Parts: sequence; C-alpha cells; structure tokens
Amino acid sequence: MSASGFTNLDSSAGFNQNPTPNGGAAPPCQNGPLPTHPSMYPPAGYYGVPPPQQSYLSIPSHATSAPSKASIASSAHSQNYYQNNHQQQQQQTQLPQHQVALSPYSAPPPSQPYATLPSLAPPPSNAQFNQQAFQQQQALYTTSGPYYGQQSYRASPAQPRHHHHHHQQQQHHPSLVSSPAGIPVYPNVSYPSGPASSHYVPHTSSNTSTPGVMSTQMGAPLHQFSALPPASTAVQPGYGTGHQTAATVNGKGSTAAVQNNIHQHYDQNNQAPHNYNSYSGVTQSSGGADGDRPPSGTPSTSVHSSPSRHQGLQYGYVANSGASSASATTSGAAAAPSSSSTDDDEEEEDEDEEAGGDTSSSSTGSASPVPNNYDSLEGGSYPDSMPPSNNMTNQAPPFGSFGYHGMQTAYQHGPASRPDASPSHSVYSQPGYQQYSQPFPNLSQLSAALGGLSGVPELEMEALRPVNLLQERNLLPSRPLEAPEPNLSPDLKKVNCSPQTFRCTLTSIPQTQALLNKARLPLGLLLHPFRDLQQLPVITSNTIVRCRSCRTYINPFVTFLDQRRWKCNLCYRVNDVPDEFMYNPVTRSYGEPHKRPEVQNSTVEFIASSDYMLRPPQPAVYLFVLDVSHNALEAGYLKYFCESLLENLDKLPGDARTKVGFLTFDNTVHFYNLQEGLSQPQMLVVSDIDDVFIPSHDSLMVNLKESKELVKELLTSLPAMFSQSRETHSALGPALQAAFKLMSPTGGRVTLFQTQLPTLGAGKLQSREDPNQRSSTKGAQHLGPATDFYKKLALDCSGQQIGVDLFLLSSQYADLSSLACVSKYSAGSVFYYPSFHCIHNPAQLEKFQRDLDRYLTRKVGFEAVMRIRCTKGLSIHTFHGNFFVRSTDLLSLANVNPDSAFAVQMSIEDSLADSSLACFQAALLYTSSKGKRRIRVHTLCLPVVSQLSDVYAGADVQAITCLLANMAIDRSISSSLSDARDALVNAVVDFVSAYKSSVSNLQQSGVVVPAAMRLFPLYILALLKQKALRTGTSTRLDERIFAMCEFKTQPLPQLMRMLHPDLYRVDNMSDQGALHLNDTVVPQPHLLHLSAERLSRDGAFLMDCGNVFYLWISKCCNETFICDVLGCSSYASIPPNMSHIPELQTPLSERVRAFLDWLQDNRAFSSPIHIVKDDASAKATLFQHLVEDRSESASSYHEFLQHIQQQMSKGWHQERDWRKYLRFPGSSFPCEQQQTDHMGARSVCVFTADFYIYRA
Amino acid sequence: MAFTFAAFCYMLALLLTAALIFFAIWHIIAFDELKTDYKNPIDQCNTLNPTIEKVKKIKRVKIAIKLVLPEYLIHFFFCVMFLCAAEWLTLVLNLPLLAYHVWRYTSRPVMSCPGLYDPTTIMNADILAYCQKEGWCKLAFYLLSFFYYLYGYTAFSAICLTLKIMQYLENIHTF
Repeated sequence: MSASGFTNLDSSAGFNQNPTPNGGAAPPCQNGPLPTHPSMYPPAGYYGVPPPQQSYLSIPSHATSAPSKASIASSAHSQNYYQNNHQQQQQQTQLPQHQVALSPYSAPPPSQPYATLPSLAPPPSNAQFNQQAFQQQQALYTTSGPYYGQQSYRASPAQPRHHHHHHQQQQHHPSLVSSPAGIPVYPNVSYPSGPASSHYVPHTSSNTSTPGVMSTQMGAPLHQFSALPPASTAVQPGYGTGHQTAATVNGKGSTAAVQNNIHQHYDQNNQAPHNYNSYSGVTQSSGGADGDRPPSGTPSTSVHSSPSRHQGLQYGYVANSGASSASATTSGAAAAPSSSSTDDDEEEEDEDEEAGGDTSSSSTGSASPVPNNYDSLEGGSYPDSMPPSNNMTNQAPPFGSFGYHGMQTAYQHGPASRPDASPSHSVYSQPGYQQYSQPFPNLSQLSAALGGLSGVPELEMEALRPVNLLQERNLLPSRPLEAPEPNLSPDLKKVNCSPQTFRCTLTSIPQTQALLNKARLPLGLLLHPFRDLQQLPVITSNTIVRCRSCRTYINPFVTFLDQRRWKCNLCYRVNDVPDEFMYNPVTRSYGEPHKRPEVQNSTVEFIASSDYMLRPPQPAVYLFVLDVSHNALEAGYLKYFCESLLENLDKLPGDARTKVGFLTFDNTVHFYNLQEGLSQPQMLVVSDIDDVFIPSHDSLMVNLKESKELVKELLTSLPAMFSQSRETHSALGPALQAAFKLMSPTGGRVTLFQTQLPTLGAGKLQSREDPNQRSSTKGAQHLGPATDFYKKLALDCSGQQIGVDLFLLSSQYADLSSLACVSKYSAGSVFYYPSFHCIHNPAQLEKFQRDLDRYLTRKVGFEAVMRIRCTKGLSIHTFHGNFFVRSTDLLSLANVNPDSAFAVQMSIEDSLADSSLACFQAALLYTSSKGKRRIRVHTLCLPVVSQLSDVYAGADVQAITCLLANMAIDRSISSSLSDARDALVNAVVDFVSAYKSSVSNLQQSGVVVPAAMRLFPLYILALLKQKALRTGTSTRLDERIFAMCEFKTQPLPQLMRMLHPDLYRVDNMSDQGALHLNDTVVPQPHLLHLSAERLSRDGAFLMDCGNVFYLWISKCCNETFICDVLGCSSYASIPPNMSHIPELQTPLSERVRAFLDWLQDNRAFSSPIHIVKDDASAKATLFQHLVEDRSESASSYHEFLQHIQQQMSKGWHQERDWRKYLRFPGSSFPCEQQQTDHMGARSVCVFTADFYIYRA
Repeated sequence: MAFTFAAFCYMLALLLTAALIFFAIWHIIAFDELKTDYKNPIDQCNTLNPTIEKVKKIKRVKIAIKLVLPEYLIHFFFCVMFLCAAEWLTLVLNLPLLAYHVWRYTSRPVMSCPGLYDPTTIMNADILAYCQKEGWCKLAFYLLSFFYYLYGYTAFSAICLTLKIMQYLENIHTF
C-alpha cells in the first residue's frame, strides 16, 4: 500500500482536520455528545461512540450520556451488528496498535517515513517512478495525446469507428487499458532508442483491437532520467536504468493504435498541436471515465535537455524551501513505487505521486501569503505580493540562475535531437514552422487585417440569402447542422476553440449594443468546459503566464509586441514575458514565446501550483445516500444500484486516497461503519432526525482501497437488509444534513437516491400538484421551489465543496422543483426516472442502469471554480446552469462533471469599435480525482462587425435557440409559463420584423429570414412543444421540471436532439456518402423533416431524440428489413416492447447497427432504442416528437409561420407588455410598439382531426 | 396640543430619516461591493437580510436585526406617526414608498427567513442593477424628505414659538 507516501503527503502539508481515521481531533461539525478521543486511540465507535474508558458491555455511550440522541438498534440486523460490534470492540481495543498501523492516515511521526526512504527506493524498472520523478521536476509542457472520452466526429470525421468503440469500452474497463501497459507488452512494441522517438512510425500490431489507446511517452522519461543530477540519493537507484526505464515507460500504453490514431488525427485536422508531440513533455491522455490519465506517454523528443533544467529548478526550489519539503518530495517519489503492485494501479499511483509533489510544493509555498479564497486564487484579483515571476525569484534565488543555465543546455541539445523526428512528423510540422518562421508573427495583427470585415464572401452570401419560409419547404440540411464558422483569418480559425466546447450565439460580435438591439438576437455563450476531450495539451510550468491586470491566461490570441512583451487580448495591457516562458520547447530554443503550447492551443490545461490551492487538493470522496423506505424497496432500485456500484467500484475515478461512505434513510438515518478490520459492516441508526448527528466521525467515510471488502459486502447485503421494511416515511432533509456533516471536512460528491416526497423532519414537502391541471392551457403552477431548505443546504454544501447529485426515481409527485435545488446550487446533476419500477418498467430500469454506469465512471472534478473573462466592453449578464454564482464572472462549482454545460448571457457595455476581435476565456480551476489541481482554459476568438448583415450572417441558430430556451425557462419560473411562451413567440416575431426592416429592398411578403436563421421559427416551435414549455398536453409537473433542468444543463448537441430529433429513413440506406470508418461502412441517410408526411407506410424510420432512439416500423414495411434487422418473420410477430436490435449477420442489419453505433458514439449517456410499431398505443410516443405537425393543443409549423406573419402585419398599436418579451441584456425596446397579442395555446384553435397524414 | 405632537413627529422623522439615509448608503455600498467582487453574495445577503441567529450553546435566540427590515419598519413607524398627527400631506408623500415596500416584501423570493435577497439570484445583472437603482432612488427620496422634515419641524417650531410668544404676550396684555 502506498500508505506511507500519503501519510507523508498529508502530514507534511498539514492537511486535513482529521488526518487519522482512528481518532485525532474530531471534525468541527461534530454535533452529538461525542467524546474527543485521545489522538492515537481508536475510537471503536461502532455502536454509538463509547469513550474508551467505558465498559464495553454497556449500551452505547449516547444512550447514557445523552438519551435523546441515543442510537437505537431498531432492526434485527442491528441486533446482529450489536453482537458483532461487541466482539469487534473487544478485539479492537486489544489491538489498538494494530489498528493504527493499518490506517493510511495514522500519522506516524513525520520523520519516520523519511528515515525509511532508502529502503523504499524504487526498483529500477519501475515506470511509475520515472514518471513521477518527471512530474516532480515540474516538467514543462506536458502535452496531450489523444484525450479519449466522448469523441467528436466533427474533428476527425474519418476516424475509425471501432476505435471509438474501444475507447468507450476502455472507459468502463480500465483494466483493459492497463493490460497492454503491463509488463508483458513491452517486448511487443519496438522503441526507437534515440531521443527523438519517431512516434509516427507505423507499428505493426493491430490497431482496431487495442483498447489501450493511450498516448505514448517516448523518450521523455528516459532523458529525464539520464539528465538527472545525482543529487537525491533516494532516487538514485532509478538512474542506473536510464534507457531501460524509458523503454518500459514507452511500453506503457504506447500501442500501435495510439500512434495511428494520433497520426490520423493530425492528418485530418492538420492542427497546430501536432507540433507538440515532438517536443518535450508528457502526453496526457484523459479518458472519459478515468479522469485525468497520468502522463502515460509522450511522443517527445526534447525533454532530452530540458529536464536538466527542471532538475535544476527543482533543486533550487527544494533547497530553498527547506529540508522537510525536500524529504517530502523524495519520499513521495520513493514510497509510491512500493505500492504500485498491480498494473492497474500504475496510473493512479502516478497521479498520486504528482499529488505528493504538489503537496510538497504547497508546503514550500506556505511561506508565501495564502490567498483566503478561491476567488483570489483563480485570480479575480492579483494574489497579494506574489506575482508569478516574483515568486520564482523570491522563493528560490538559485532557481533563476540554475534555470537559465538549464535552458541554455536545452537549447544546445535541442537541434541535435530535432532531426530525429520521423519523416511523417516533419511533414506535418512543416506548415506550422513555416507559418511562424518570421520573428514575431503577430496573430492578432494578422487577424486584425484579415478578420472581421474580410472573410469568406460566398459563405456569407449564402448565410444571408433571404428565405421565405412560407414558400420554401425543405429547410433541413441533409446532415445535422454544424456550428457556423466565425469569419476569421485561417490562422485564427485554426487555433480557435472547438464549437463543441465554446460556442457563441453570434459568431460575429456586433460592435455596439445599439447594433445588437437592432438585430433582435440574444448575445451569449454556450459552454461545455469539462467535456471529455480527445486531445488536450497539459502544461506543467512553474509560472502560469497571465495578464497582470485582468489575470487572463496567455492564449493564442494575444499579441507579442516584441520578444519580451505581450499584449493582453482582453484588457490590452502590455505584460512582460517571464524568463521561463522565453524557452520554447517546440524548437528547444530560447526566445520564441509565441510558439509555446499555451500560445498555440486555445484549449489547454495547466497543472496548477500551490498558489492555486486554499488547502491541499482533496481526495475523491463519494457518499451514497440511499432511500430505503418501503416505497424505494417497492420500486426496487436498490438492487440494481448495488450491482452497478459493485461492478464499477474499481472504476470510480480516484486514487489511493479515495474515500467512500454510505448512508441510508427511511424515517431514521442509518450510517455504516466500514472501518478496515471489521468482519462485516455495521449499521448505526440515528433516530433523532430533528437534530441529526454523526455517530462516529472517522469510520463512516472510509478509504475505498482499504475497506474494499467491507464495501463489497455491504453492497451485496444492502438490498436484502431492508426487504422487510414497512416504513413509508422519508426523512430526506435530516439525511442530507447528516451527509453534509459527514462530508464537510473534505468535500466531495454526494449521490442521493430518492423515491418519494420527503415527509419527515427538516425540508419536508407537501404535494403541490393538481392532476387536473396537468393539461391546462393556462400554464403550470408551482414551478418554483416550495421551500428554501434545499437551496440553503446546497449553498452550505457548495461552501464546503460538496456537490449533490440527485437521482429521483419516483412514481408519484415528489416535488422535483424543490428537491432539484439541492443539486442546482451545488453544481450537481439531476436524473429523473418517472414511474420507475424494476419489473413493470424495464425501459426506465435500463436507462437507469446505463446512466448509472456512466455516472459512476465519468470524470469528476472537485472544488472547482470557473471564471469567464471577456474582452473589455463586453460584460456578463446572467449565467444558466447548475452552479452558485460567486461574483459577476465567477461560478463556484463544488463538483464539475463532463456532462454538464453552461450558458451565459452577455451584454455590450462599451463600444468594441476599437478592436476587430472579441475574445472570451473560460478558466476552470479544479482538483482532479487524482488529487491534482488543474486549470483548464478555453479561449474563443470572434470577429467584431459593424454591419447588421454581418451579424445575421454569423448567427448560430442552434446556440440562439438554446440560449432562448434557458431564458424562457427562467421566465417561466419567475413569471409564468404562458409569459415565457409568449416571449418565445415574440422573439421570433421581433427577429423577423427586425430583419425585414433592415433589408429595405425586400419586396417579398411572408416570413422572410436570412438563410443562416432559416430554422429559427422551426426550433422555437419545437421548443414550445417540449415538455418543459408545452401547455394543453398532459404533462406531469415533475417531468416538466426535469425537462427544464435538462435544458439548463445539457450540452448543446444533446439539447438540440431533444428539441428537434433527427429523423432518418433506415430501410433503404444507400452507401452514397457513407463514412468508411475502419472497415465499417457507416451509411449517412438524409435528415427528414419531423412531419408525419415524411413517414411512409412502407418504411422504417429512426428517430434520434438524444436520450432515446425510436425505430418506427410501419405497417407495410419491407419484410426483408423486418427479417434482416429485427430477426422477426413478419410485422405481426414483432414483440410490442422490443428494445434492442439483434446482432444479425445480414448486411442490412450490420449497416443499421453501424449507423446506430456511430450515432451513439457521440454522446455521454448511451441511449436505449425502442422499436415502435405502427399501432395506436405505441406511436403516440413517437408522434409527439413530430413537431412540424399540429397536435391536439399546438399548431403546426405552417400555422405557426402564418401566425408570425399575422403578428408582424398587425401593426404596432398596442402597449408592449415587457413580461411577454425576453429582454436581451442591455436592450431597451425599440421605439415602435408591438402588439401584445400572442399565440401559444391561448389563441390557437384546438385541432383534433387528422393527427397525421400519410403520404400518398 | 396637536401641533406640538406634529412637531415632535417631524423631529423624530428627521432623526430617523438620517438613519434611513445611512441605510440607503449602506445599501448602495453593499451592492457596489457585490458588483466589484469584494464580497461573496452569501455573506452579503446575510448582512442585508435580517437573520435570526441561534446561539446554540446558550440556547438563546438572538435576533440580529440587519438592514432591510429595520428600514421598512422605521419608515412604516413614522408613517403611522404622521397618520396620528394628521399630517396628511406628509403622509401622502410617504405613501408611495410605503406601498412599494409592501409590494417589495410580498414579492420576495421563497425564503424561510425574513429578508429580500436571495444569494443565488442576487448576482443576476438585472437584479443587481435593479437593487443599485433602488438604492440610489431611495437615497434621493430620503434626502429630499430629510429637508422636508427639517422644514416642517422648523416651521412647526416657529409657529409653535410664535404662538407661545403671542400667548405669552396676550397673557401679559391681559394682566
């Protein structure tokens, strides 16, 4: 075990109020009459917390000391436990020493581990160690390799599908990842012995079947090691192995698949990043599930020399910071290898060690003033008295000289290794080098000339082509709509942030607020900052270069005035380039700051130093709060949850410090003692729900590694444990309070499962839904929370860095609008499974299981803050999503997950006339599940335009729709649903009239919009028919609220699919235009309009609704299709609730499955498929998504357009009611008055007849 | 005796308005601090909203009256005083603000404690701007009414004084 390493880590950093699970000071949240234990004494608090001196035969101390708070043994189980407890207690008290020894946090005297250092020195071939050391030396420029998670096909359209498939698998089975990384693999892969390992050399092994698609680390560690000055004796054994070690590192995860993948990637994208593969650094690959993968490989050539420099830096640093930190560093390095016993653990250990390094450096940093909140950390203001550059010189005087010297060597070494790059590599890097060959090519200046007004005239013309919607019927593109490209110079375009991460509603920013008002479109950003990325450059650097006044991170859009100065692109301040930044790892030359990865990539991740920490990075802590009331057992989720967690226990993102805990509740709250050494888990029942307390402070949240057996045992026994429970009440509030108390010392993630309305204790709720009002056309009541208990709790949680994720599995009204607050303000996520029942509702069960698999294994970032900065003149108006807004541009996110997105409304405060570019930067500072502080920075650059036509040409209709949806949801909660609906309709009317008046020579009558916005009315109509905003159709309140939550948090592509599903005809898919991905042909059928007239009686249609697929089989469907794809003999024999496509070996089936898999690959949560037959009961589910048709309560698309036309022609005679408009930030209403008459359900007649029409 | 009570009302209103001006300035500063990131919205809302703090150890409920409610109560209080003093003009001048206060308090967000400001929505630019504007408007109103009360008080005192002098003179005269 790595205990000693971590002990060091903790003790050296003085982390944790509760460093020893076995005692130590009780955390401050202690509430009950707990005795404080002598620090090294195990509290043995299995049953209540008996003070050590108490007789063990007595009833728990609570009972005696504070009868009102006694823990009561309320079930037979606890009786058993009591027996066990008793024995355990005795055993325990007899062996206190043993207990202490076992505990990882048992705080041995700090000197101890240091003393044992030499003996813990790593075996020479330990790859972990190398990497660790590498990190410890604060290696620069860790560059990412493929960052596998959810992959985007946009970036690399021809990437083999199978790769993705395997990557996905990889997420779920890390063991697969590590197996190729294991020792046996080493011999299989050939490693160039030279420093400039040619990572593009094709490898022979199969690339489809290799799951271990990780990045490669070639050469880098090798040179790291060879360059290490033999200063640290503890580390010495590693040196001897020099090249060998590197080879093993290379072996790790560097399979041919990786290489090909990288290769392909660059092939297609031809992006700057490929350069980085050639320079120093660790390639970081991050899996969707696994959080940040360790630097498992670098196609690196340059570290060759730089390490010596880092080494120098490091030593200077260490020397300066005192002996303790030095020993901590080395001991961290040395201790870890002893623990990396399995391949599986390697990566984790790796990260751990880095964390150790971080911590040690934090101890060095403790001399410097520690900023007192994250706010200042992330950099709202300049941290007092420690600008990064000063930092360097202040803390480590030798540092600079050493470093500089090192750099020189680096420079000398550089060119030597450079030509070793493989031919393909040099081909790819060529353009990049040429481009920046002149001394200071100034991206921004270039763009100033090229960006903005110039651009691509044809595209713009096409985007501006007026489209009369009443005449043109086929509006949909054949493939799902892509984000419009900002009209920038090619150089800027190339480095700009991916639209999947960062998207603006107007890709051309209007110069003034007046122009924006004229356009009648909202200005805003849609952000998906923590998205699983394929590729992410990770930079470890002593100095994170930032603007000194606005604290913007250096990015590709800054201007280098000369070698030593750069101009911030957000505030235009001129800053100095720090010495360290002068060293350019691309060419290993000095004096080329504009070629640094930070300046070449708009999405980068920094490994943050201790300046960015308020406390040492927290471990991954997971608490599961489970509803075990009768209702919950009736629904039967517990069994499936336990199964899923058992399955994924090893895949929970985290490191050796990962802690878990369980808490169940019905009318009482049950805690589980899982302390290592017990023979079985013990349940502690707290029945005093009015003032809930924590019965034992250190054995409830346990180290997952150490108590894994107990956790497993608990999970296997939990479903049966409560099977006899008849308790119908639910004390959710007290359970959450207990969870808060339990988690507040560390922070972490609380996963809450709730199946009914909370009925007891604080936060109890009453049913507010009137079933008769479900289909009211008046709108819905009670969209807001009934109490602020959950909100306050969420704010408390947020303050203690606790995120709460809510799984609501109720069959009846559970007041989601109140409950969701607990996740909303603690940056959690909400999952809702209406009518969940494990037997009666298999579809929901399947969805639950799929979601849970993804949820448990997905990345998670802790104690995060996100700041969004924008060019001077722009300001942030409102945020949408799940978070707590800490200040005007800072979001506090207790947890950040890769599936949640944010929207930001912007306004223009000052004219942007003096700049041609507007930039936005989102910086997300978080602690990875491996305990490392990281900053992910995204920068988006957009042109500023002065013409209305340019604004329209750059409008992003999908982003606009999503932002409007967010605004409408806010409006429906703050005002009313009908106001929100009217406001949406008015947004369309406003826009169309504004466009009409702006284009003076427009002779056409009818609804005319620019081609870029031609789908706008359709999307708004679809929005009005969504569960969240519809009226007239029966919608349960909870489902409505959940739909609203989804709108607020789902990333844009997912949202768009939910809003306007993609419909394809799949029975006659041709290979025309098909993608050929790695031997698989993925047909690309055309998108169809969502109208029943597009369906035919003899076809099969696939509808992709984002979270679910429907395969609609019509009555006269081709028999061969039914037979070949569904494996049924005829239409009649298709079972009614079929929900999978059998794996048949027919070409048709393969094609359909290939297409489905391809669609699935893009999304985080895999979607189930439902086969829908053409009969009345089933098809209603499908037909409610056909948004262009009229339904019982809503108009068809054509009617909607006519309504808009009417509204426009009606004139402007009536008073404008601002409640019926979405007010775009900063805008006042135009002078002309518009009428308030609105459509929505109120003024639209009710249509009942022909529900849909077949074509011919 | 009625006029002396009115004068007393004006005098009291004068003093209380001085306090209200202080509150209004506090309010403006508080929202400015929020806007410029000096303070965390939770802390700021806690100072703005009146909170009932339970001092747990002593098991005694200590009510820490904070900004909003006292302001409303003070204003309500001297409105009632003016009503009693039958100062109709002054009352009418104050009624809009009173009505506004009532409306503002009834349309507050869902909260279990008294108060107006919800830390989760306070950072919304619209709400922030609204609150700042509200602060400035109130400051202006209180300043104007301060001078109005000062004038009313002096006027009443003067009238009172002259009346008394006249009375005194009359008494002398009758003697």
